[in-house]
Amino acid sequence: MMHDVIRLKNITKSFGGHTVLNDFSAEIPLYGVTVIRGASGAGKTTLFRLLLGLEKPDAGEIIGMQGRKPAVVFQEDRLLPWSTALENVALGSDAARADAALSRLGLCESMCQLPRELSGGMKRRVAIARALAYGGDILFLDEPFTGLDEENKRIAARVMLDAHIPILVITHDDAEADLFGEYHEIVID
Amino acid sequence: MPSKRKLLQTALIALIYLAVWEAVSLLVGKELLLPSPLSTLTRLAVLLTKGESWLFSGLTLLRIMTGYVIGVLLGVLLAVLTARYHFAEALLSPLRAIVKASPVTSFILLALLWLSSDMVPLVISVLMVVPMVWTATAETILQTDPRLIEMGRMFGLSSWQIVKKIYVQSVLPQFLAACTTSLGFAWKSGVAAEIIALPQKSIGYMLYQSKLRIETVDLFAWTLMIVALSMLLEWVLVKSMRRIRHDA
Repeated sequence: MMHDVIRLKNITKSFGGHTVLNDFSAEIPLYGVTVIRGASGAGKTTLFRLLLGLEKPDAGEIIGMQGRKPAVVFQEDRLLPWSTALENVALGSDAARADAALSRLGLCESMCQLPRELSGGMKRRVAIARALAYGGDILFLDEPFTGLDEENKRIAARVMLDAHIPILVITHDDAEADLFGEYHEIVID
Repeated sequence: MPSKRKLLQTALIALIYLAVWEAVSLLVGKELLLPSPLSTLTRLAVLLTKGESWLFSGLTLLRIMTGYVIGVLLGVLLAVLTARYHFAEALLSPLRAIVKASPVTSFILLALLWLSSDMVPLVISVLMVVPMVWTATAETILQTDPRLIEMGRMFGLSSWQIVKKIYVQSVLPQFLAACTTSLGFAWKSGVAAEIIALPQKSIGYMLYQSKLRIETVDLFAWTLMIVALSMLLEWVLVKSMRRIRHDA
C-alpha cells in the first residue's frame, strides 16, 4: 500500500553507545521538496540512511518507504574511478538516459572522461546525473551542491525539480534550500 | 623515432654484456669453467636444430604453465573464500603461511615422495603461484570501498553486477601484478623441481645431464634457453594483461 507521507515513528538510533536520534518522529510529505535541517552531527545523514534502509532503527518504525525506488545523491560522490562519467551515470539506467541527464547538467563535453579528470563540481554533477537517470520515484539528496558554483547550483536545482518527483534534501545552507523555491522543513535537534 | 632509439639502446646494452662475458671468459681461459658467448650461442643454435630440444622445452613449458594456470585459479578461489568467510581465513591462513615460509626444495623433495617425477614441477609451480595470487587478491577484495558497494545496491545492481563492475575492477590491478610476479617464480621453481625430480623429457633433465658430464657449454646453452623462454612468457603475459585491463 502506497502512502502520501513517509512516517517516522519514535525512531531511536545509536552507534557505539552514542545516541544519534532519540525518539524522533516526523512526517515527510511525498510531494514537493522537503529540507532536513539540523546542526552538524544531529543525525541528518543517519536519518537518510534509515529511510533508505541502509541502517535499521534500534527502536521505532518507518512507514511508507516500502516498494519505493529511491534515487540517491550521497554525501560523497561515490563514482567508480575506473568508469567514465557516462558509464557511471548509466550504472543504474542506460546510455541514452545517462547521456540526457549529463547534457542537462552541462557535461556534454565530459562524458568520456574518468572521475580523476573532472573537477570537484563536475564530479558532483555526475553524481546528480546518476540519480536523475536512474528514474527513481523519490530523490534523496545529501548536501547535493557541494563544490558547485552559483550558476551550476541553479541549473542543478532546476533539473532536479523538472524530474517532478518528491525531493528530500539535506542542506545546512539556507540559500541552497531556497534554490528549490517552496519547501517543507524538518528540523532535527 | 623513440622506438628505434630504444631498440638501439637495447642492442648496445646486450653488446656490453656480451663483451664483459667474452672478456671474463678469455681471462679465465678454460671453456670448462666459463665458456665464451660464441661457443654458448653456437651450441644453442645446434640445440635449436634438434627436434628433441623443442620437445623437451615444450614439455617443460606445458608442465609449468599448467601448474601456473591451476595456481592462479586456485589462488583466486581461496582469495574469494577467505575474504568472504572469516572462518575460512582462520582455517586456511596457517597453510598459506607455511607454504610462504618453507624452502621450495623441501616441497620438491616431499612431492618426489608422493608423486611421479612428471607431476613434481607442475605441483611446485602451483605452490609458488597460489600464495602470491591469494594474498594480493584477498587483500584487495577486502580493501574494496564499501561505499561503492552500497551505491551499487542503491542503484539496483544485482550481486553479479556488483562483482563484475565493482569488485573485479577494484581487484584487477593488484591481481594482474601478482600474476606477472608469480610467473617468474613458477618458472624458476618449476625448472629447479625438474632438476631434482628429473622427468626424462625436460629442460631440467638436460641441465642435470650437462652438469653430470661436465658439459659446461651445454649447461650455459640450456640456461640461455630457460632465460629466453622466461622472457618470452613474461612478454606474452604482459601483452595479455594490457589487453585484459583495456577490455575490462
